[in-house]
Amino acid sequence: MKPDQMTPAEPTSPPNPPLSRTAVRRNRIVAVTFLVVVWVLLWGTLSWANVISGLVVATILLTVFPLPPVTFAGRIHPLGTARFLVRFLRDLVVASVQIAWLALRPRHVPRSAIIAVRLRVNTDLNLTLTAEALSLVPGSLILEADRNSGTLFIHVINVDSLSEVEKFRGEVLELEARIVAAIGSPEEQRLVRENPPPPVDLEGAAA
Amino acid sequence: MTIVAVTVTALLAVAGALTLARIIRGPSILDRAVATDVLLAIIVAAIATEAAYSRDATALPVLVVLAVLGFVGSVSVARFAARRNK
Amino acid sequence: MNLDAVLDIVAAVCLISGALLSLAAGVALVRFPDLLTRMHAAAKPQVLGLLLVLVGCGLRLRTGVDITTLVLVGIFQLATAPVAAHMVGRAGYPHDDIRSDLLLTDELAAHLDRVAEDRPEPTPA
Repeated sequence: MKPDQMTPAEPTSPPNPPLSRTAVRRNRIVAVTFLVVVWVLLWGTLSWANVISGLVVATILLTVFPLPPVTFAGRIHPLGTARFLVRFLRDLVVASVQIAWLALRPRHVPRSAIIAVRLRVNTDLNLTLTAEALSLVPGSLILEADRNSGTLFIHVINVDSLSEVEKFRGEVLELEARIVAAIGSPEEQRLVRENPPPPVDLEGAAA
Repeated sequence: MTIVAVTVTALLAVAGALTLARIIRGPSILDRAVATDVLLAIIVAAIATEAAYSRDATALPVLVVLAVLGFVGSVSVARFAARRNK
Repeated sequence: MNLDAVLDIVAAVCLISGALLSLAAGVALVRFPDLLTRMHAAAKPQVLGLLLVLVGCGLRLRTGVDITTLVLVGIFQLATAPVAAHMVGRAGYPHDDIRSDLLLTDELAAHLDRVAEDRPEPTPA
């Protein structure tokens, strides 16, 4: 398998475009909201005292430890998010059962592979979310990420042939498509629609 | 509920013993880091089971601390090992 | 059958299956051949097993304050387990612990070679 045969290289936006003022403000609001929610959950009761002290703590935290700029260009699509979550939970169960079975199966040493998959949407957020989700779905574990080209290096467990590896490559891209359908911007969704997984994996699935 | 608690305790004890075996055998520090992470998760599960059995929520804040601690532990070990490899 | 009894039974099922998955993770840790496959065990059955135990615990306690704490533990676990696995994998990759004879392909090695070749020329960050 040569790296040239990877998913078609699509010139995406540079990994870290400078943020506009509104984007910075929006990021800060999202971060503060998230921190306040965690704070309230920690206390366990929703009261004004908790919300206000949470706001104070969140502001201090974000001033002392500023977050790296992460662009959130899209918006949350409820249907896509629900679909992603349901599928994610199912995948988590399947993955756990698969690993449990592999562990208990007598006299079997699982074969694995390390593959490179180039994502279609090269943003930090998409890379992070896809990598996180990949580690919890069947068979895959993130090893390394290359931000410049938007490539994830994935360890795949329990593959017996190269055609299965190719099939897996398609599954990674499907996972990415589900994430983009959940939180991507219209432009990112267009990018995913116009670059369906290469036909290689169809052959792999048929073989 | 007592039977359930005993079964869960036995299962978790065996799991903990196996994990401990991996921590002792190694071979590398990263294997040990991964196994320690799992051991910590087993401890969290055991404390949660105790809370469920006795219907007593006193120990729950400990779970939050342990959940974060496991993460911080493996990440710092991984960073340490990465620096030494270079 | 009243609601309490039903909830208790569901909680018991969750607790036991969670413990079984933890056991599977322990067995996998001992039996799998190399670091990367063991990390699969730490990332998947372990997380789901812990989540199931937390759900079982929440079903038994049934008070708002405790359930928020348990939800928080679950979210931390889901968010941090892959990150921890990634950090360990990255630190361990070009290392003897990984059985390359069990790998079908290794595209990361090719990538690292290319990076090493590129290094002499000044590359834009």
